[in-house]
Amino acid sequence: MGIATEKLNVDRRDGRLVMAHFYVAFIALAVGGLAGLLQVLVRSGKFELPLGIGYYQVLTVHGVVLGLVLTTFFIMGFQIAAVSRTSGTLTNKQRVIGWIGFWLMTAGTIMAAVMILLNEATVLYTFYAPLQAHAIYYLGLTFVVVGSWFDGAAIILAYSKWRKAHPGTPSPLLTFMAVVNTLMWIVATIGVATTVLFQLLPWSLGLVDRVDVLLSRTLFWYFGHPLVYFWLLPAYMCWYAIIPKIIGGKIFSDSLARLSFILFLLFSIPVGFHHQLTEPGIDPAWKFLQVVLTFLVIIPSLMTAFSLFATFESFGRSRGARGLFGWVRELPWGDARFSVPFIGMLSFIPAGAGGIINASHQMNQVVHNTIWVTGHFHLTLATAVILTFFGISYWLVPHLTGRKLTKAMNKLAIIQGVLWAIGMTFMSGAMHAAGLLGAPRRSSFSEYGGAPQAAEWIPYQIAQAVGGSILFLAIILMLYIFINLAFFAPKGEQDFPVGEVADEAEKAPMVFENWKLWLGITVVLILFAYTIPLIDMIENAPIGSKGYKLW
Amino acid sequence: MHRSEKVWLLLSFGMIIGFMLITGYQAFALGMGPPSHEERIDPQKVDETAPFDRPGITKIGENEYEVVMTLQIFSFTPNQIEVPAGSTVHFTLTSKDVVHGFQVADTNINAMVMPGYVQKISQKFEKPGEYLVLCNEYCGAGHQMMATTITVK
Ligand SMILES: [Cu+2]
Ligand SMILES: [Cu+2]
Repeated sequence: MGIATEKLNVDRRDGRLVMAHFYVAFIALAVGGLAGLLQVLVRSGKFELPLGIGYYQVLTVHGVVLGLVLTTFFIMGFQIAAVSRTSGTLTNKQRVIGWIGFWLMTAGTIMAAVMILLNEATVLYTFYAPLQAHAIYYLGLTFVVVGSWFDGAAIILAYSKWRKAHPGTPSPLLTFMAVVNTLMWIVATIGVATTVLFQLLPWSLGLVDRVDVLLSRTLFWYFGHPLVYFWLLPAYMCWYAIIPKIIGGKIFSDSLARLSFILFLLFSIPVGFHHQLTEPGIDPAWKFLQVVLTFLVIIPSLMTAFSLFATFESFGRSRGARGLFGWVRELPWGDARFSVPFIGMLSFIPAGAGGIINASHQMNQVVHNTIWVTGHFHLTLATAVILTFFGISYWLVPHLTGRKLTKAMNKLAIIQGVLWAIGMTFMSGAMHAAGLLGAPRRSSFSEYGGAPQAAEWIPYQIAQAVGGSILFLAIILMLYIFINLAFFAPKGEQDFPVGEVADEAEKAPMVFENWKLWLGITVVLILFAYTIPLIDMIENAPIGSKGYKLW
Repeated sequence: MHRSEKVWLLLSFGMIIGFMLITGYQAFALGMGPPSHEERIDPQKVDETAPFDRPGITKIGENEYEVVMTLQIFSFTPNQIEVPAGSTVHFTLTSKDVVHGFQVADTNINAMVMPGYVQKISQKFEKPGEYLVLCNEYCGAGHQMMATTITVK
């Protein structure tokens, strides 16, 4: 790598910006985790919420705080750290832009949180119209998104500065990946920003009377699917470019990693209809077309799986491992920075398979809006992604605060990861099973008038409560570790690991950084997948819906 | 590129093309695609608009029934439907207020029912029994109470 501008440490000033993001993220983990615990307890049928708090209010807290706040803050913080580490310290201007982003996002979070607590926004994080929340809720979410654009601008500006200073050299892999994810995020959030600014805000302020329901759902899901890739790609950054260094191996192929990220940029967005497969008003041919595009996003994930296990195997064999699986023993299982994200990687195998089922057009009818789907994204987001984020925190937090991950904390971190795996096996497993039997997602406890079918679901709901309680313990452990690493761990130097490429001679082709080309294809694919159905939706729109506040 | 990498990519593409062909064939040749009816309706005039001015069940053929149903917070109209075993039931649905879901446990009936749109879905009920019908899209404080049954005799 021998690049002159590369610094081995993230600058203290950048570190403070990143840590600010992490503080909010981990407060969100505490709040959202508690909400999750309350939900599984209520749904077991053995517990009722005190003080007139509603189940759906708690559910809204859980979704907003974990799905939007925790993720966006952590990801933006991590990406800023990765860029600062691999492309050099941010300029003062870039850092100020980052701080503006942070404060906008924080202000937006507080606005949305207050409205949820006042029970003015019990519309869940998907805020499907015509349920109508308070305007300040929508405004708060807009602030979160706009703030994330400022963070994204800091990342892109830092990258362009590096790019100009190093003509003809491929950018550092982690910077490249952060830029791809940021660009995808910006293109994707245009959808949700459009529905909020032009539909939901004016409607909730009473400036217009009615809202086009299908259009707002379509704009939401144009954003909603790439949202899951926005969560996943930072985990892939860690798996591709950081884990190899942690285990003492090499990155299998730099070009393969870049190619898979470009494929995610291209195919993550024009696929939102796979969340709307059972909806009226959308032409079946266009639904199927987006299903085909959805299938194409599977390819880069399969490439990632190959690349990771190739890294592990070649590392093990370089240490003299023999036989088909001898290399497994060589991996550093006692190092939480590796083993906790590794649990995440394993969970992505059933998670990915479940995702293919969900996306499979008519097969979606079997699972749509059942709790199977909740089980699915608790394997993807709430295991694969979040355990990787935890794994990153174990070294990144002490790196930024000038402390060290001690042996004791490392041990606790592994216990945390194992506890998570156990809790999630119960919770997500029971959710998948109950979903196949028809149990709905996003529903409070109900015996459905004593229906025998609903009675079959209750044992699974109790298993969910058991799993959820174990997960809550793991969250408390994680918060304890975070606080230790941020404030109490002994002073020292904790390395920010950055992987090196196996074959130094292999130089990534510069075409990967031809952004006009990739953004051009991205836009063409989006226009191809969405133009005709959108025109059809708008031209043939029924009269819109008035707002309802039904909670 | 390593040989094993090529094999892996080939298998990946092969598998995905297989999935596409199978789902595509089932959806379009066998008519198994998900519900996508494209009729519009004024959501505030559902009660005055045919066929929803007369929700209910009609026999339309040998072992064939049509059910015209409205969904509203937090109920289905009509509720308590009865059909003989072996009947095919064609549901015509719309919402009078917010977005609801129409799901029948132990069947493949699963459709979004949105204000402004008419949704259609059909199902053959072979086995006798009480089928639980429920709303599976969050629609407000009473969402978990929104249910009815279809009795197959
Ligand atoms: Cu999706
Ligand atoms: Cu409902």
